[in-house]
Amino acid sequence: MKLRQLVIAATLAATALTGLLASQAAFAQSKEQFFPALVYRTGAYAPNGVPFANGYVDYLKLTNARGGINGVKVSFEECETGYSTDRIVECYERLKGKGATVFQPLSTGGTFALTEKAPGDKIPLITAGLGRSESADGGVFKWNFPLTGTYWTAVDVLVQHVGAKAGGMKNLKGKKIALVYHDSPYGKESIPMIQTRAAENGFSVDLLPVAHPGVEQKSTWLKIRQSRPDYVFLWGWGVMNSTAIKEAVATGYPREKMYGVWWSAAEPDVMPAGTGAKGYNALVTSATGTSSAVVKEVLAKVHDKGQGTGPRAEVGQTLYMRGLTAGLMAVEGARAAQERFAKGKVITGEQARWGYENLDLTQDKLNKLGFNGVLLPISTSCKDHMGGASAKVHTWDGSKFTLTSDWLNPDMQLINPMVKAAADKYASEKKIARRDAKDCQS
Amino acid sequence: MFYRENGQFKTSYRQDQQIFSITQDRWAVLAIIAFAVFAVPFLVDEYLLRAILLPFVILALAAVGVNVLVGYCGQISLGSGAFMGMGAYVAYNAMVRVDGMPLIAAILIGGAAATLTGVIFGIPSLRVKGLYLSVATLAAQFFCEWGFLRVPWFTNDNPSGSVSVAGLKVMGWEINSPVEKYLFCLGFLIVFALLAKNLVRSAIGREWMAIRDMDVAASVIGIRPMYAKLTAFAVSSFIVGVAGALWGFVHLGSWEPAAFDINRSFQLLFMVIIGGMGSIMGSMFGAAFIVSLPIFLNQFLPVLGDWLGFSVSTALISHTEFMVFGALIIWFLIVEPHGLARLWSVGKQKMRLWPFPH
Repeated sequence: MKLRQLVIAATLAATALTGLLASQAAFAQSKEQFFPALVYRTGAYAPNGVPFANGYVDYLKLTNARGGINGVKVSFEECETGYSTDRIVECYERLKGKGATVFQPLSTGGTFALTEKAPGDKIPLITAGLGRSESADGGVFKWNFPLTGTYWTAVDVLVQHVGAKAGGMKNLKGKKIALVYHDSPYGKESIPMIQTRAAENGFSVDLLPVAHPGVEQKSTWLKIRQSRPDYVFLWGWGVMNSTAIKEAVATGYPREKMYGVWWSAAEPDVMPAGTGAKGYNALVTSATGTSSAVVKEVLAKVHDKGQGTGPRAEVGQTLYMRGLTAGLMAVEGARAAQERFAKGKVITGEQARWGYENLDLTQDKLNKLGFNGVLLPISTSCKDHMGGASAKVHTWDGSKFTLTSDWLNPDMQLINPMVKAAADKYASEKKIARRDAKDCQS
Repeated sequence: MFYRENGQFKTSYRQDQQIFSITQDRWAVLAIIAFAVFAVPFLVDEYLLRAILLPFVILALAAVGVNVLVGYCGQISLGSGAFMGMGAYVAYNAMVRVDGMPLIAAILIGGAAATLTGVIFGIPSLRVKGLYLSVATLAAQFFCEWGFLRVPWFTNDNPSGSVSVAGLKVMGWEINSPVEKYLFCLGFLIVFALLAKNLVRSAIGREWMAIRDMDVAASVIGIRPMYAKLTAFAVSSFIVGVAGALWGFVHLGSWEPAAFDINRSFQLLFMVIIGGMGSIMGSMFGAAFIVSLPIFLNQFLPVLGDWLGFSVSTALISHTEFMVFGALIIWFLIVEPHGLARLWSVGKQKMRLWPFPH
């Protein structure tokens, strides 16, 4: 009897699977430019994953409302990863077969895994502000695009910023900076750069790892209370950020001396600590708020039509804007590629790669797209897959973030040799040759 | 009617002792292996191969290893993730530090390192038993995770702590395409599953089972508990370590310690419990269940939503996936506490009587 029930259940499941596959086949036939969205709306990283995903999807919807990419409509599909590398790989495999233009994993661990897979599948990866820092070197990393900055540029910008606050880089000598980082490739990426900077400017570094998911930080902040560093750099993600700020409030570490990377820079991170977080600083690569033209357009063309993703009140927040600009980069690269290969037609991931490598978002184009004052121009090339790495610092005033610095630029003289050395090491490990001038044309 | 051993007379000890003594079983297993090797690569698409079959094959191998320890020897272990990681990291080091190291040798070195780790952390099993042992093996998990994160040797001084391998090659055969990866791992699974199957039928397997069933009685009849328990730890961690090396090398290509965290240990333990303790076949059922069901639910729920005429948000799908998956596990354990392997043997029994059950 039991067996019979089980056999029936298994048959039903098999039928459902067949139905599923049939419906997937229907998907594949559509003639739209497909943008897969690897999102995490659940789990310990959801507070940060959700606004980013909302921004990304909203920009794709806005692109359709604007008439698509030269008339080609945009389609997308979300796949929930929960920030786990296994599921990111599974989602990648699932969505790549549907004609994926570009993947944006939004997870450094996932980026490491996909970096190994993308060249074989000929699908580019955009890792704006995350992933492998050495992947800025397009000569080795043909398929990776860490647009608008890497962790190394972020460290450099922050060190320069605190140096300027201290009255010049020479005043950093003898100071102590504590790096509170997520104990994963994401957090560890920042270490070589801060050590280089420490050697250069004569400050000392305390490395304080926080284990996934980051809710247990009591001992970390006890150490900070004992060693009294002059600055704390926060390299967290998800619930780790809000926990760190709450712990800082509890231990009485001045929030004015805390600086977060751009992934520890959002409203969900500071809100739980409320007014206690006042004075907390963090990096941003794009202006936030609802005053920019593109945000107004999103509100008018997407949210007012009832098409919006997520709550309307969160439009314009820090991570929403990151998602929005990630959408901009994905779409504009595809547009550039389309104009070279087949205007008005769907392009492949391989063609899109050319678009990201020759992305030229001038001020003029940004103005037209409504990003005036939000982003700085981005220009990539075969050698440079980053396309600019300027960032601003914004500060939480207890109820909202306000920009408190001008555009800050990293010292590329210092970073470029490190990038090249790391990229060469990667190339020799993988036994891949640097791309020659001819390959750059393709 | 068809599945009946009547008239199959064994005329030698050799015949009596073969793995599958019933002719139909033998042919069925051969047919399944032949199907998996020759037919599957042509039948399925890349997604199924890379996202479902490859993880299934590797985790089934790991589950076979865990089953040796948990199912056959009765030593509950929560350190399987650590042993997998040890296999992966040491195999990686063998690969990058020794020039011209053959791939299979590196993977086996990884397995050997896992064996050593398993034996060291298996020593407490001589004194502590049952749930207490699972806590002791939990220490292995945390210790190894800490090591992978903190000891730079494991990651070849890679600053980010993430390692990657490329150019997998066995005697000139480059393992690139999903089909090749699948076949490579399937080879390991077949070899190790048959080895394990033979091992558990041998004298040492019987010792393990005697220890599992009642260790005092076993030692009274002359079985050395230390030898039996430590060999179970050694064999189990070797297989798990090889699976870990395959998981890192072939499936992920690039990994971080989080790939072998405590969740992996739980996942493997659940595979063994759901598949069936003390059954090699059950390990495969368990792996298939745990690997494919969440992915299936994740893809099926939106389609179901479409049929019923409402769109389901990504977060809701994910939450429902967890709930349905959890509920199914409970339901399975209530309906069949001995795991899927038990259903398999009940099915075989019914086949034997069919079509005249009385």
